[in-house]
Amino acid sequence: MSKLFNIKEDRSLFPEKNEQGKIDIDLSSHKYLKLWHGPQHPGITGNMSLEITLLGDEVMDCETHVGYLHRGFEKLMERRKYIQCFPIVCRVAVPEPDFNEYCFASAMEELAGIEIPESAKWLRTLVLEMARLASYLMWIGGQAGAFGQGIIGQWTNYLRDSMLDRFEELTGGRVYHMYIIPGGVRGLLPSGFKQRMEENLKFIEQMMKDVERVMFNNAVFKKRSVDMGIIEKDWIYKFGITGPNARAAGVPLDVRKDNPYLVYPQLDFEAVTATHSDIYNRADVRRRDLLMSVDLIRQIMAKMPQKGEIRAETPNVLHWKVPAGETYSKAECTRGEYGYYMVSDGSEYPRRINVRGPSYTHAVSLLEKMIINCNLADIAGLMVSLHTYPPEIER
Amino acid sequence: MKEIIDRLQELYPIGDFKQQNKSLALITVDKDKAVDFITRLKNEEGFLHLSIITAVDWLEKNKFQLSYLINNPTTKNSFVVRVMIDRENAEMFSIHHLWEQAATYQRELKEMFGIDFPGSPGVDKPFILEGWHEIPPYRRDFDTKNYSEETYFPREGRTKNVPAEYMKQKLYPDE
Repeated sequence: MSKLFNIKEDRSLFPEKNEQGKIDIDLSSHKYLKLWHGPQHPGITGNMSLEITLLGDEVMDCETHVGYLHRGFEKLMERRKYIQCFPIVCRVAVPEPDFNEYCFASAMEELAGIEIPESAKWLRTLVLEMARLASYLMWIGGQAGAFGQGIIGQWTNYLRDSMLDRFEELTGGRVYHMYIIPGGVRGLLPSGFKQRMEENLKFIEQMMKDVERVMFNNAVFKKRSVDMGIIEKDWIYKFGITGPNARAAGVPLDVRKDNPYLVYPQLDFEAVTATHSDIYNRADVRRRDLLMSVDLIRQIMAKMPQKGEIRAETPNVLHWKVPAGETYSKAECTRGEYGYYMVSDGSEYPRRINVRGPSYTHAVSLLEKMIINCNLADIAGLMVSLHTYPPEIER
Repeated sequence: MKEIIDRLQELYPIGDFKQQNKSLALITVDKDKAVDFITRLKNEEGFLHLSIITAVDWLEKNKFQLSYLINNPTTKNSFVVRVMIDRENAEMFSIHHLWEQAATYQRELKEMFGIDFPGSPGVDKPFILEGWHEIPPYRRDFDTKNYSEETYFPREGRTKNVPAEYMKQKLYPDE
């Protein structure tokens, strides 16, 4: 029997499932081994834990456990004024905080009936694409590292660091930016920013060619990722799968195209898709999406207005009573649909904020299904290929 | 979006229609008809994607508002289907048979708000909290500040400020 993890694999040699779709596991038979995968590692694979039951090296049963990063963000926000929520929302997804800031700010603006200036829209789009690029660079190192290619992570984290330099220059912060604020953004591009950004982009493009050669053409990486962890097309809506995980299965879900926001309608791009939907395909979709971000940043910098207002007039943020109502603001982050459901009761404090992170569906119900029959050594690679951030699950 | 509601109005008592923006509409449906209505939207109107299920605690009205956000991937439109349920013995019908991820949302709502979804897989198992004995923490009457003061020891040398007053004093000392 092939050692490849493939959900279509013949299960006739494995134990029968009972009526609940589970296997009757008798640990005292010494046939099975109960093992905890995580929570020890600081990255994606260790922020949550998997309680797995093994038969030999293969996973027979799995239950996900989350809560190790729970800080009660949604509850904290109910006790803070809207402006005080900005240092909180960016911490929901550390590698790409800007999507949180954008969704929160745009939900507030929609409820308050505020239209942001044109320049602010371009700057917001620029920051969101920069965040996408930086986050993909970090992810690609994680995916390669999970399959034993530590050097790729060294390269791409260096590239990410060069993007953090641009973030620092533009916003003052490297990791958390709080650049997007209600009504617009905090500042204009610094002098010489475009030139330095172009140098970064050229270097990223050049290095990504090396990454493609060393990672995507590598026999070991291919052997371990092709035909592995396939997401069937009919699972997409059944499990609420979005973003590259859905696009790799040939379903072109991309909020930037489906419900265009900011200046995306003025940019020339297509949703990146694939057909085979295995780990290799998903990695390739993300690599091409990364290169598309490079192109989008170039388009934005070429087309954006050189000057203009960057912030609409808003009430005093310390006494701002957002009109009563509710809305859902969403954006396409690197993992799919990111959304903020905001309910205001007309007071100075949000009544309810609910964060919709793509990891919520990808890392719990979907992972628990996909991990069955997976080899123990491939679990980390599978988890990274779903690109999950546990803080989104337990906000 | 309005035409869908006009068409379904005869079959289901739909209230409080509001077109929030060009692709999002808010509606309220009775608890007893909600699952039937959502099933209809999914199976016959193309609302295949469930984005979120969440709750809002209206403590002063003694009600919970459940919000189901569903999206039509073809027309790109979304509905927030709101269902008001009693806060006492809060209970709602499960929709885990429609979407796999619904069971996770319902499990979290049981833990965080105390809203039960009988029949939903794993709904009684702890999701995020471990060994929790207080009232469900996302209810409005759960006092986070009081809980943390009773549970955790204050660190020596730390000063406390009321955030709103501190910011006001820093930013607008003359007001």
